[in-house]
Amino acid sequence: MVVVNGQPGGGGGGGGVPGNGASGKAPGGAAVHMRGVTKHYGEGTARVMALRGVDLDVQQGQLMMLVGPSGCGKTTLISVIAGILDRDDGDCAVFDRDLSAMSQRKRTLWRGQSVGFVFQAFNLMPTLTAAENVAVPLMLLGEGRHAAVKKASELMTRVGLEDKIRSLPSQLSGGQQQRVAIARALIHEPRLIVCDEPTSALDHETGHVIMQLLKSVALKEDRALVIVTHDQRIFEFADRIARMDDGRIMKVVNSAAELNNTK
Amino acid sequence: MNFVALRMLMGDRAKYLGIIMGLTFASLLITQQASIFVGLMSRTFGFITDTGLPDIWVMDPKVQFVDDIKPMQDTMLLRVRGVEGVAWAMPLYKGLLKARLQNGNFQTCNVIGVDDATLVGGPPEMVEGSVANLRRAESVIVDDVGAGGKLARIPTDDNGAPIKGAKIEPLKVGDTLELNDHRAVVVGLCRVSRTFQSQPVVYTTYSRATQFAPRERKLLSFVLVKADAGVDHAELCARIKRTTGLEALESAAFSWTTVMYFMKYTGIPINFGIAVLLGFLVGTAIAGQTFYNFTLDNLRHFGALKAMGATNGRLLRMILLQSIVVGVIGYGLGIGLASLFGQLTGKTELAFRLVWQVLAISGGAITVICALSAVLSMQKVIRLEPAIVFKG
Repeated sequence: MVVVNGQPGGGGGGGGVPGNGASGKAPGGAAVHMRGVTKHYGEGTARVMALRGVDLDVQQGQLMMLVGPSGCGKTTLISVIAGILDRDDGDCAVFDRDLSAMSQRKRTLWRGQSVGFVFQAFNLMPTLTAAENVAVPLMLLGEGRHAAVKKASELMTRVGLEDKIRSLPSQLSGGQQQRVAIARALIHEPRLIVCDEPTSALDHETGHVIMQLLKSVALKEDRALVIVTHDQRIFEFADRIARMDDGRIMKVVNSAAELNNTK
Repeated sequence: MNFVALRMLMGDRAKYLGIIMGLTFASLLITQQASIFVGLMSRTFGFITDTGLPDIWVMDPKVQFVDDIKPMQDTMLLRVRGVEGVAWAMPLYKGLLKARLQNGNFQTCNVIGVDDATLVGGPPEMVEGSVANLRRAESVIVDDVGAGGKLARIPTDDNGAPIKGAKIEPLKVGDTLELNDHRAVVVGLCRVSRTFQSQPVVYTTYSRATQFAPRERKLLSFVLVKADAGVDHAELCARIKRTTGLEALESAAFSWTTVMYFMKYTGIPINFGIAVLLGFLVGTAIAGQTFYNFTLDNLRHFGALKAMGATNGRLLRMILLQSIVVGVIGYGLGIGLASLFGQLTGKTELAFRLVWQVLAISGGAITVICALSAVLSMQKVIRLEPAIVFKG
C-alpha cells in the first residue's frame, strides 16, 4: 500500500483507470485507499469476478458516490471497504488500517468503532423504539442502555425526530425510518459511513431531505462518506462520483454533469 | 445487548408464545408422565413403606418382590432372633384369603398377620379404632377403601337379590366377616398406601392369621428385624444371610428389588418411557422449530448487528440468553401445571408422585431441547455473512 499525502502512489492493476485515485478536493488524508483489489464469488463454472482490480481513493471530508448498473460490483466494493468482505488480492487500507491483516474478530470490532451503516431497507429492529435502535451501536461498544438511549434521544433531536423517540419503526414513515438509520450510523462517531441506496425506497422530496441531512450532519473534516446509488437525482450531493462497470472503476469525476458528459 | 436480545425475543409475541407453549407442553408431559410412573412404581412397595418400624426384612431367598410370598418355617424366626446385632425380630404373615360377604359373595382379601404381643407391622394410620383392639378375640382391622368398596354391604331384598338404586353400606366397626370359615369382627378401620393389589387389606394378629389361612407346614412370610443401635445394617444383613441362609434386605433395598422386578417383568417402564419420549420429541419439534424459525426471521437483524460490530461470541450469547429465558419460563410453567395436576388428582386413584429426580429429569430434557434449538440457531448465525444486509 502506498499513500503519499492522500495521493495514489501507483496506477493499480487490472481495470484501474489512470487518474482514478486523484481527489477532487482533499481537506484531510486518505480515508480509503485501494489498489488492484479483486474479489470473486463461487468456484469453477459458477465463478464470478465481482471486482477486477479496483483502484480507488476516498479522501477525508469527501462524499463519494459509487454508481453503475446492477451487478457491476458496487455492493461488493462497499462491503470490502467496510470490512464486511475479504478481498482476494490487492491493497485496501481504510484510515491507514490494512483490513486484510486483521483477524475476523478484530475487523468486526473495528467496524463497530469506525464504520456507520445506512442500509437500503433501513434494517431497524422492529421491536425496539427509534431511540433504542439508534442506541444499538453504543450498546455494542459496551455503553449502558440508559446512557446510550439518552445520547440517542439527543441525536434524534438533531435529525428532527424529537417527537418520534419512543415510536416503533412500524409507526414511522420511510423517510423517518431512514433518518433513524442515519442517526444510528452516526451515534458512535464513526470515521467512515457507508450507505447502500439510502434514497431508493424514498420519494424524490424525502430523498433530497435525507441527502441534505447526510451531507450536513454526517460529513466532517475527518470523516468520509461512501454512498452506493442508482438514484441520479442525488448525484448533485456528491463531491466525487465513481462510475463502475463489470467489476472495474471506469471513471471518477467531480460532478454529475461531468459524468454525463463522459458517458 | 441482553436488552436487545430480550426485546427481539419478546417482541414477536406469536413466536415467543409458541416457543413457550412448546416447552411448557414438553415439560408438563415429561413431568406428569414421569410422576405417574414414579407413583405407580411406588405403589409396588407401598406395603414396605407402610411397615415402617423394621430396618431389615428377612425372607426366603427365592422371593423376588414384596407380593411374591414364599413361606418359611416358624422356626426361622427363632434363628433370626439368635443372630448377633438383632434387637428384635417379629413374624409377619401376608397372604390372600377369601372373605365371605353377607350377601354370599366371596372377596379375596390381603390378610396381614402381625406379631401378637407387640403388633409390630400393624396399620400405618388408623381412621377409626385402635391397633391395640387387635388383641380382642376374632378381631380384624380393615382398610377404609376396602371397607367402603369391595367389602361394603349391598342391600338385598327378601330373596337376597341386590336392591337397585339402594346405597351401599360401608363395612364399619362392629360388623363381622367370614374369613375362610372363621368369624372375624371388625375392630377398626385403617388407611394404607395404595398398592398394585386391588384387594381389601385385613390386619390381624399372626396367630389368628395362621388360623384363618389353610393349614400348611410353612406360614411365616417375613421376619421383621430391628438392628441393635450402632449396628451397620448392611453388615447385619450379611450376617443374617450367613447364619440362616435366608435373604435379608434393608427396607430401601427390598423396595428397590420390588421396583426392579416390575421394571423387568412388566411393560410399565416402556409404556411410560414412550410417553415421556413423545413429550420430549413433541417439545423439541414445536419449541426447537419455532425457535429456529424465530432466528431465521431475525437473521437480517443478526446480520445488521454483525455488520455494526457484534462479534459471533456476542451474538451467540444473545441467542443463549433467549434460549435460557424461554427454557426457564417453559420449564416453570410445565412443572407448575404438572404440580397443579398432582394437587387436583391427589385424592383420586391416580398414582402421581412428584419427586426431585423427576424435576431434574424434566429440567434436563428442557435444557437439551433448548440447547439443540440454540445450537441450530447459532450455526446459522455463525455462518451468516453480514453482507446479507446489503441485499435489498
